[in-house]
Amino acid sequence: MAQPPPQRSPRRREDARFLAGRARFLADAEVPPGCLHAHLVRSPHAHARIRDIAAGAARAAPGVAAVLTGADLAADGLAPLPCAVALPEAARLVVPPRHALARDRVRHVGEPVAVVLADSPAAARDAAERVAVAYEPLPAVVDARAALAPGAPPLHEEAPGNLAFAFEKGDRAATEAAIAAAAHVVALEVANQRVHAAPLEPRGALACFDAASGRFRLLLSGQGLHAIRAQLAAVFGLPEERFHLVAPDVGGGFGLKNPLFPEYVLALWAARRLGRPVRWLAEPSEEFAAAVHARDAHAAVRLALDAEGRFLALEVAFTAGMGAYLSAGGPGSTTNAAAAAFGGVYAIPTGVLRARGAFTNTAPIEAYRGAGKPEINYAIERAVEEAARRLGMDPLALRRRNMIGAAAGAGGFPHRTALGTTVDGGRFAANLEAAERRADRAGFAARRADSARRGRLRGLGLACFLETARGAPNEWAAVRFAPDGGVELAVGTQSNGQGHETSFAQVAADRLGLPVEAFRLVQADTDAVRYGNGHGGARSLHLGGAALVEAIGAVLAKARVLAAHLLQADPAELAFAAGRFVVPGSGREVALRALARAAADPAGLPDGLAPGLAAEAMHRSDRVTFPNGCHAAEVEVDPETGVVTLLRYLAVDDYGRLVNPLLVRGQVQGGLAQGIGQALCEAIAYEAESGQLLTGSPLDYALPRAADLPPFEVVLDEGAPTAANPLGVKGCGQAGAIAAPPTVMAAVLDALAPLGVTRLDMPATPERVWRAIRAARGG
Amino acid sequence: MYEFAYHKPSSVADAVKLLSADPEARPIAGGHTLLPALKHRLARPTALVDLSGIAELRGIRREGDKVVIGALARHAEVANSDAVKGAIPALARLAGTIGDVQVRNRGTLGGSVANNDPAADYPAAVLGLGATVVTDRRRIAADDFFTGMFSTALEPGELLVAIEFPIPEKAGYAKMKNPASRYVMTGAFVSRGPQGVRVAINGAGPCVFRQREMEAALAANWSPDAVANIRQSPDGLNSDIHGSAEYRAHLVTVMAKRAVADAG
Repeated sequence: MAQPPPQRSPRRREDARFLAGRARFLADAEVPPGCLHAHLVRSPHAHARIRDIAAGAARAAPGVAAVLTGADLAADGLAPLPCAVALPEAARLVVPPRHALARDRVRHVGEPVAVVLADSPAAARDAAERVAVAYEPLPAVVDARAALAPGAPPLHEEAPGNLAFAFEKGDRAATEAAIAAAAHVVALEVANQRVHAAPLEPRGALACFDAASGRFRLLLSGQGLHAIRAQLAAVFGLPEERFHLVAPDVGGGFGLKNPLFPEYVLALWAARRLGRPVRWLAEPSEEFAAAVHARDAHAAVRLALDAEGRFLALEVAFTAGMGAYLSAGGPGSTTNAAAAAFGGVYAIPTGVLRARGAFTNTAPIEAYRGAGKPEINYAIERAVEEAARRLGMDPLALRRRNMIGAAAGAGGFPHRTALGTTVDGGRFAANLEAAERRADRAGFAARRADSARRGRLRGLGLACFLETARGAPNEWAAVRFAPDGGVELAVGTQSNGQGHETSFAQVAADRLGLPVEAFRLVQADTDAVRYGNGHGGARSLHLGGAALVEAIGAVLAKARVLAAHLLQADPAELAFAAGRFVVPGSGREVALRALARAAADPAGLPDGLAPGLAAEAMHRSDRVTFPNGCHAAEVEVDPETGVVTLLRYLAVDDYGRLVNPLLVRGQVQGGLAQGIGQALCEAIAYEAESGQLLTGSPLDYALPRAADLPPFEVVLDEGAPTAANPLGVKGCGQAGAIAAPPTVMAAVLDALAPLGVTRLDMPATPERVWRAIRAARGG
Repeated sequence: MYEFAYHKPSSVADAVKLLSADPEARPIAGGHTLLPALKHRLARPTALVDLSGIAELRGIRREGDKVVIGALARHAEVANSDAVKGAIPALARLAGTIGDVQVRNRGTLGGSVANNDPAADYPAAVLGLGATVVTDRRRIAADDFFTGMFSTALEPGELLVAIEFPIPEKAGYAKMKNPASRYVMTGAFVSRGPQGVRVAINGAGPCVFRQREMEAALAANWSPDAVANIRQSPDGLNSDIHGSAEYRAHLVTVMAKRAVADAG
């Protein structure tokens, strides 16, 4: 019997659980008997010397088991938290020690100074208020450029001038020469402001230590467990196998939950030291102050053009805030990641990317949805818009002229960029054309006039993007047949909201001929998943899917041998369809599930065939996919208040072949919401002098709300699948956050252009827009 | 939060007795300001006096040329009240824009007015309509009620029972929301009626205030144009990362203009 054709976009299987409140997040995990609750004593200062920590009163408080400080941590010999990013030696990356508890000095508001462990969360919090820390405040610096300026307060002895690294990639001499000789050079400064990923579920940990086996178990709200395990092993000086990490349902990560955090070290360390489980749940306010932030990259951009507007060279020089310490992935965004997508969708013969990282008295910077690609795409797209304005050209015509493939007619792929990335393909020109048409650019003048009649300024902006999706290379997957007839798909990637329980099951269902419901996803468990590079970089279907396809191939190869044995046929003559091996024309067949049962019995197997049908695959690949698209935004600005209203948002995107178009749309929508948030409202603010955090909660940190967003029109074309993986898919998770900032800002600047406004930084908040208008009007 | 005692009286008299006996006790109605303060350990009352069981604090009714709203009236009740919509539609509209649905179904008129948060909506309506605040012991004119940031004429232990809003000929409200909190960054409530022409500005300063220059201009010419060129001084206005004093001063004019347009 043939299966019914698989549904293209089945609804997410996990949603029944999520929507009915049956999901199990960290806070839902059963609290083991004897569990201690941790509360952190955090620095109220941006920069200060610790003179004394008086913890006696706290230790004597009711229910308190221990109050631990940096001195205890040092006595137990725990190493600092590592940085996982490798930069070329010439960049001279400085990794100052970041201990889980501050020693002698604190360098940002919220840095952990002591941890209180007590019988209840309330007792821990009460006691934490009794820990008296004597601080000697030091001058602070929160802005990256200020931190690198002469005379700035120094943060680390290891980092003279607060310089964390000085990265350079590309041909600097050729770029300088091209710029010197060019007919036009457009220079501008643009910034990706510091933002906070703000996942709905705060971080948390439930840590246990089993003295008999010497093994730790950590239940955490994290998104890349194997990497966190490797970092933990370095901190504790123990083999990775001594740590068993498990993540239950995770309520959003976006990169924030990639790295090891001090609190996880403290929970495990305290569990071992005190012989009791330790639970820690971050409060939302702790997340704003003391998790990680993202972006914080100022770019000085120079784009050289010839007299006809052809791009000759691009220089981008980032000054990137790193925060007070390097988080595990912090230095990667403005360096390696930005270099990969350097130049966006444009053919630029030569170029150079420079990036200087600066230590500042702020929370550490970490990867966040796009990580480096938003920064570099924003730089090139803003430069293209500025070039069009300065040259008096249509910005879309300028884009067309310089698009990869434009010079070669329809082809042009593979294209090797100035910084050495080989782009395998994409619908660059087609996306632009479709976006221009669907955005009804031709009818815009009439819409603008209509807005003007209502006293509003209307703007239409388009921007292209090139994403380089992969994250960490290599991935692992396994297929296992459970005794109950279910099939486990174990994958080293991780879903924290993306819908992998549905999409990976679809991939397997297509290939194994079993219904989607037959599959169970096994993830985020370092014992059950041998190897994994987790979630991040829009890599899951690209690499995890490829590994799964390989594992499925191994299962089928083994199944074919067994089927041939049972059917007394030649393996090569068997046909496999709809979950069954069939001897064509004979009526003889055997189902995969029957083979799984048969394979479990070693007695019935042919010689040389190992029991069981399970297989695993390590997919080794460093290949990148190149999601790309062209987006359009239409906005209306209220010139009296500066309020920007987003009227329309259109995305025309190429994510190669789609496994589940509905899930892809969901990913694009989420990315867009975050990108629009960065363009219009989000910004982490510290007070410059004191280094105090001014945006410590959503009351002050402006997140976009559903009512602020128009319906998104997402147009997907599957005409350019990639050969970088067997599924032909390209990563869709980050693209929205990459594309939306330049698109929305192009629209806002277009709205303000009639007034003569040419410069505006993100976020385009009401007061900022009002000031730009006022300045342009000379008021 | 820290520990506190909990009382739930069923009459105003009992509530006042509890509050008078303990200066560190706090009344709680919708709890939208007090509960977060408790959770963040920013407030440490000895006791909470829960007003939700006091029937005399409820109700919305028209009494002749005024609308009387009980202190416990929730924002959603005011927004949907036929009495309010018929007599003072601007007040109903204002109530319908406070916070979000959840807030409007919990927050109360009395709580908002007694708290006098500079970024709250209701104080603008109370002052802008020249309302009278009724307490367990006296009647206080709006002009005498709001005394400063988070401070009012209420004495320790005094309980806000109801607010009497005179019915205006015209009234309108316009506000600019804080992009993050969605509280009022700058708002203007304007009215013309038995209390004369009144322009109350909220959000912009530490405390809701009347804009007399605009009132005079509107008394002479009730139209948006009348206030369009009247500039508010930024001196003494609030300033934060979302709105400087200068921006708020500018918004005072814009919101006043729009409030007059809203009033018709």
